[in-house]
Amino acid sequence: MFHSSKSRAAWGAALAAVLLTAGCGGSDDASADAAAEYDPDAPVTLTVGTFGTMDFDNAGLYEEYMELHPNVTIEQNNVAQSAAYYKSLQTRLAANSGLDDIQALEIGFIADVVRNHADAFVDFAAEENGDELEGNFYDWKWGQATTADGKTIGLGTDTGPQAMCYRKDLFEQAGLPTDRAQVAELWPTWDAYLDTARQYQSSSDAAFVDSPASIFSSSVYQGDVAYNDEEGNPIPEESDGVERAWEYASTAADEGLTANLSQFGDEWNAAFSNGAFATIACPAWMLGYINSQMGDGGAGLWDIAPLPGSDESASNWGGSFLGVPADGENVEAAKDLAEWLTAPEQQVKMFTEAAHFPSSPQAAEDPGVMGATNEYFSGAPTGEIFGESAANIQRTPIGPYDTQIQEAFTTALTDIASGGATPDEGWENALKAARQATGG
Amino acid sequence: MTIASGTVREAAIAAPPPTSAATSPARPRKRRQLTRNRWGYAYVAPFFLVFTAFSLYPFMYTAWVSLHETSLSNINGGTWVGLENYRELLQSEFFWNAARNTLTIGILATVPQLCMALGLAHLLNYKLRGRTFFRTVMLMPYATSIAAATLVFSQLFGRDYGLINTMLEAVGLDRIDWEAGTVSSQVAIAVIVTWRWTGYNALIYLAAMQSIPGELYEAAEIDGASKWKQFLHVTIPSLRPTILFTIVVSTIGAVQLFGEPLLFAGNGTTSGGASGQYQTLGLLMYQQGWSNFHIGQAATTAWAMFMIILVIVGVNAVIGRLRARADR
Repeated sequence: MFHSSKSRAAWGAALAAVLLTAGCGGSDDASADAAAEYDPDAPVTLTVGTFGTMDFDNAGLYEEYMELHPNVTIEQNNVAQSAAYYKSLQTRLAANSGLDDIQALEIGFIADVVRNHADAFVDFAAEENGDELEGNFYDWKWGQATTADGKTIGLGTDTGPQAMCYRKDLFEQAGLPTDRAQVAELWPTWDAYLDTARQYQSSSDAAFVDSPASIFSSSVYQGDVAYNDEEGNPIPEESDGVERAWEYASTAADEGLTANLSQFGDEWNAAFSNGAFATIACPAWMLGYINSQMGDGGAGLWDIAPLPGSDESASNWGGSFLGVPADGENVEAAKDLAEWLTAPEQQVKMFTEAAHFPSSPQAAEDPGVMGATNEYFSGAPTGEIFGESAANIQRTPIGPYDTQIQEAFTTALTDIASGGATPDEGWENALKAARQATGG
Repeated sequence: MTIASGTVREAAIAAPPPTSAATSPARPRKRRQLTRNRWGYAYVAPFFLVFTAFSLYPFMYTAWVSLHETSLSNINGGTWVGLENYRELLQSEFFWNAARNTLTIGILATVPQLCMALGLAHLLNYKLRGRTFFRTVMLMPYATSIAAATLVFSQLFGRDYGLINTMLEAVGLDRIDWEAGTVSSQVAIAVIVTWRWTGYNALIYLAAMQSIPGELYEAAEIDGASKWKQFLHVTIPSLRPTILFTIVVSTIGAVQLFGEPLLFAGNGTTSGGASGQYQTLGLLMYQQGWSNFHIGQAATTAWAMFMIILVIVGVNAVIGRLRARADR
């Protein structure tokens, strides 16, 4: 267990002796032979570690795979919360024990895995069919799971190309157009979006946008650089993307154009059905969230327009990958399953069955995806809107601390919106909190 | 801590005088005693094994980790930095902010809590109809999980749709953004803590009150002391060791306060409010370790909390001993 500082740890190790024998069963030895002896027809049980609602089971993919491969049994270990899932994955990686044959990796943590645990996972780029696999995914998606020296440690599942959802009824009350083509013309840029907000706010009681975070976290990834440089080192105070996103979001917070809600908090959840805001940044998966918060009563109230500034660059929020731990007992069989689950045909099913937007351009261009509309959202052509957005996403470098830095900034924006700080103070506070998060 | 010192005194009385045990002629007898008690060791061994594995080892391991710069990704490695983490902690404004919040929330929660518990216990000590019912009801908040309680309270204290704000507005007062303000958020959290622990402390006081001899009250009543005077001059002095005990326990709980502020945020963030206005030491430790993955810093904070508790318990013990000496 104590790899790098054995001598210093000796006394600690002595104390730990009882625990160690129990905690670190050997799993290092099985892998090398497994590859040589791989028999695709031998009976095998594969475990898949997932979090939240990844929906491979609900879309019927496990069943289909087991029918195609009668020798394979798939067991899923699902953890409700992504953060809790990742904490336990990290400790299992450190102990090299207790890992599933396939481990799902959320985008918020993929950079940490790429940077610190790349050796623990199978490198898909080095596979015989590596080029073919790479061709199955958007460049930016493939790149997010690839190390600086070209190892690709995960295959993309869903993504979160962004648009802007808006409430037609609130727009109408405020005298704004409600047709999605006309709404798109209201905000070609974020500046125009803020102008629309001011116009709306002058004749409505409800706020224009749910939170400053909606503006900040979607616009920050629209530039070439967000929180990190090309090497993945955090540079929030020097980044053009952060500066621009801060400008938009802090203006909105300071002028009171937002409902100042904390996303995913109780009040935010309650605000959906109370009609407290008219727009919200909408990655593809947010449609399901809005639907579940508002229930059937919200059908037809919402519609979808492009994200401001998406003509130049769209932005992505969320998405996951499947990685195969390299020391597992069934590595070859697990690779086959991971490749199959993320192949374009299956991604189409994931979209049509469970509304997860594909990370594969082939899947996104499939008529089943391209032609999709969403009745709940006034029949908006979601396949087309999000497909265009996904194709327009730039490959902004992501780093291991994006989630924490983003939280530092959105928290500071909340402080501005509730009058606790001026924009300048908020900026300083955000940088301080970001430094605390990233600093060793 | 009079309780502890009291136990020591009793123990000293109960123990046999230290005479021949230490001198050499008694050796054979001592060995025989050890042999005879061999099974005793076997019986106590499970506790000490479990204690070593789950208390002593993590405790020492935390100390060792706090001397390293290490992350959750690299939990067994990291670089040796000596006391650097402690130096950084003492210079960190986040630490002092959390320490200040812990202190103020601790006072806001503990003082009213113990006063109310004392009063409640006094009332329940009278012969009331349905006494058992009231006593059971009082313990119910303590039996409720923090998560459930805090979820209910955070909806009560909600800014836009909270019940309290709706009521404030109904009587013509302004809404309060409970979470955004420093004082308001700390009061809200203190209310949750108080609600949860008052009954628990009241039951401890009640148990202690019942061991106060009834003659004291009878004598006081004959002397014409009112109920209030009886409470002040009979109940309180008799409860002093118990009160000190609850103060120590509540203080330890206050220093470790974690669940309430975490859940109060509503969305699982660990920053303790937009400007950290209710980030406690427990929350800071969790943020360092499990949100930001800096396990070394988190271990340092954990040890700092431990030291703070030691100091507080030490101060209480000294006060208790001085009081006991003054009484004698």
